[in-house]
Amino acid sequence: MSSSTSVRTDAPAVVLTGITKRFPGVVANSDVHLTVRTGEVHALCGENGAGKSTLMKILYGMQPPDEGTIEVNGEQVRFKTPADAIKAGIGMVHQHFMLADNLTVQENVVLGAEALHGIGAKARRKIQELAGQTGLNVDPGVLVEQLGVADRQRVEILKVLFRGAKVIILDEPTAVLVPQEVDELFATVRGMQEQGFTFLFISHKLDEVRAIADSVTVIRRGTTVGTADPKTVSSRQLAEMMVGSELPSPETRTSTVTDIPVLTVSGLVLSAPDGRALLDSIDLVVHSGEVVGIAGVEGNGQTELVETVMGMRKASAGTVTLGDDDLSKLGTLARREAGIGYIAEDRHRHGLLLTQPLWFNRILGYQTRKPTAKGAWLDREGAKRDTERIVEEFDVRTPGIDVPAAALSGGNQQKLVVGRELAGDPKLLIASHPTRGVDVGAQALIWDEIKNARARGLAVLLISADLDELIGLSDTIKVMLRGRLVADADPSTVTPEDLGSAMTGAGSTSAAVHEEGEN
Amino acid sequence: MGKLRGNLLPPALAIVFSALLCGLALVLSGANPLKAFGAMVNQVGEGSTAVDIINSTGIYYIAALAVAIGFQMNLFNIGVEGQYRIAAVVAAIFGGSVALPPGIHSLAIIIVAAVAGAAWAAIPAILKVTRGVNEVISTIMMNGIALGVAAYLIRRDVFGELRGNNIRTPEIAESGWVPGIPLGDNGTLFGLVFLAIALGVGYWVMMNRTRFGFELRASGESATAAAAGGVNAKKMILVSMLLSGAIAGLVSMPEILGRDHTYNLNFPGGIGFSGIAIALLGRNHPAGIAFGALLWAFLDKSGLALDNVGVPREIVTIMQGTIVLSVVVAYEVVRRFELASEQRRVGRELASAGGAA
Repeated sequence: MSSSTSVRTDAPAVVLTGITKRFPGVVANSDVHLTVRTGEVHALCGENGAGKSTLMKILYGMQPPDEGTIEVNGEQVRFKTPADAIKAGIGMVHQHFMLADNLTVQENVVLGAEALHGIGAKARRKIQELAGQTGLNVDPGVLVEQLGVADRQRVEILKVLFRGAKVIILDEPTAVLVPQEVDELFATVRGMQEQGFTFLFISHKLDEVRAIADSVTVIRRGTTVGTADPKTVSSRQLAEMMVGSELPSPETRTSTVTDIPVLTVSGLVLSAPDGRALLDSIDLVVHSGEVVGIAGVEGNGQTELVETVMGMRKASAGTVTLGDDDLSKLGTLARREAGIGYIAEDRHRHGLLLTQPLWFNRILGYQTRKPTAKGAWLDREGAKRDTERIVEEFDVRTPGIDVPAAALSGGNQQKLVVGRELAGDPKLLIASHPTRGVDVGAQALIWDEIKNARARGLAVLLISADLDELIGLSDTIKVMLRGRLVADADPSTVTPEDLGSAMTGAGSTSAAVHEEGEN
Repeated sequence: MGKLRGNLLPPALAIVFSALLCGLALVLSGANPLKAFGAMVNQVGEGSTAVDIINSTGIYYIAALAVAIGFQMNLFNIGVEGQYRIAAVVAAIFGGSVALPPGIHSLAIIIVAAVAGAAWAAIPAILKVTRGVNEVISTIMMNGIALGVAAYLIRRDVFGELRGNNIRTPEIAESGWVPGIPLGDNGTLFGLVFLAIALGVGYWVMMNRTRFGFELRASGESATAAAAGGVNAKKMILVSMLLSGAIAGLVSMPEILGRDHTYNLNFPGGIGFSGIAIALLGRNHPAGIAFGALLWAFLDKSGLALDNVGVPREIVTIMQGTIVLSVVVAYEVVRRFELASEQRRVGRELASAGGAA
């Protein structure tokens, strides 16, 4: 690591002091302290939902803090909009690229910053000058749609450089990259660091943080718990800082796996419009009383697998069978009626009708069934009664069932969704990131409910980015890579590290992970 | 209750605001706004104005319901205009060329009108479902086509006949008429105003009590969540568009079966567009739409009095425009405010109930 060669000055690049941000019902950040020295790569680490994004939105001027101060290069600043932050030399590269595919590199970079260097030859020269620093070796006139993921990310970095950023926030930059691209990105970051740029690197992947960062600040449940030197701290210590010691264990003790297959997926193929296979001959069996976990770096086909099994995407080939029923030709509603409960990965987009009351949300997905419907008519009383039951049994913290779903905190929304999807005794539960972005209390409750349902013979297909959750809850783990199930792992012996390397396709040295086709 | 306030406050604010704005416009053009508004209110008591307003309300109400059904799932059916015109000409031709017993004759005409409206709406619906064509574009174009088709159908060498200076479809026999309620000097109330009321009740029941209404609302609120909840988006688009078209088809029935008994060159246009504004004003709620339709009809009919006090009648159009504009803004402002205050309330109640938790 090249930290010894990087430029250091007296005033830190960014100092956040006592930042507090409250959202209705939740404190997203409370008393956060963060000091980023000029010329360093500073990692901000924390679990999903720990408050990293909120903090960065505050630093980038997207949201004002309720309390606390921001200093940039020793001067106290107040950002009202991202434009203020950009003016102060702070740039942000978002996790999801914000590029227009049908414009050229130059057009994308210049868009919104036309006043700086015009839109013509001068801007082009500036872009070419800056492109070298990011390692981008393409002509500015090339359309962005022709670029790969890594180059698109460089264009994003180029955008913030073009606007004069000296401090660059990288929000989960590796989530969309394959390992080789991660290495290239890190090389770019180190090169730019030597030229005096400062980086704030947001991640929850400890190995990456240890590989790139000069210092690490850990954020847990909205507050910073400390800063560490990645060269002296171990991954285990970092992990403990991140999750705290009071974290409930997802571990399931006794096996309840039976040999009755509930979900049988065979030869499932899903093709993208351009012919690329998003899912490539997936074979999968989930038995009654079994939790099958799918491990994988996000974007390797887990979402597509779930949505194809749910009938939200139309499979190009293959069959999906639930018990003895062939679901392959059926729509989503019929699949739900056949006995599938579905906890979607994004509860706001797929799980809830945010402005509608809780009892109205109880009906969603159950609009044809008791107790929420009678024939073509809704049973509002039944829906309300059953919502009361869910609120009671799943400890949903709400003043009543008539408040809109948006008024609840994330954890309580998710408890409502879990309660709904476990209602009516489903045969199969598809749980996609069931505890993402929820507080520890809700997480423990959701884990308990999944375990209880499993003990009653429910089959569960679990998708999670939280490897501890995956290992703790699953009876079988399958590793997904580029649309294929490439390996099996035994959750009783596998470690998160083994699983992590299998997920990136690096191959595994552990006996607990078996490459598919080996046996 | 907060919810009621959230529903009533925005239109009230919008009406006050647009009245002020129009008052300002009147002052600027040298007229006395109080006198103008006074003349409009007095006009209601004159001759048949009151009954005209009710008749007109019924017609606007049906048009706005047609639009509202689409709005419920974010479908913008601008084509109500064309759908009711096509339905009117087809139903008038049908009614004028068959002989059926009383009652059955009128019922048959109404059904034909609904089917014709639905069929005209089916074209953009099918285009959207199969080819992804935006319904805004296709329904606007269908409006233009509807004008041409209607003009063609009443040509003398097709179905039309010449009466004086007017070209019209053959008159519907008396067995097909829907008698009104005569109120002497005050005019005649269209019998089919009650159809509008029945449609409003049916609409409310459908939206609030049936599975279809639930799926419609869910689709409008969040297409992705509806899909995950098993709502078939294509089916919903098709069904809601057909339903919208069928109701649109009924828009001209009160006039044709209650007064004109024929489709002619003087056929009133623009009701479909007014329906859009009224549905917005009424927030797709059956009672809100009724209020909006009444307001629209009042402005239309009593605006005639403005000429008497030397104020241009077009001020009414300005007023209608500003009402719609400000009501849209007001709803959004109030909606955001209500949501934020609701979240604060839940947060507060939980904090006081759960203590540190």
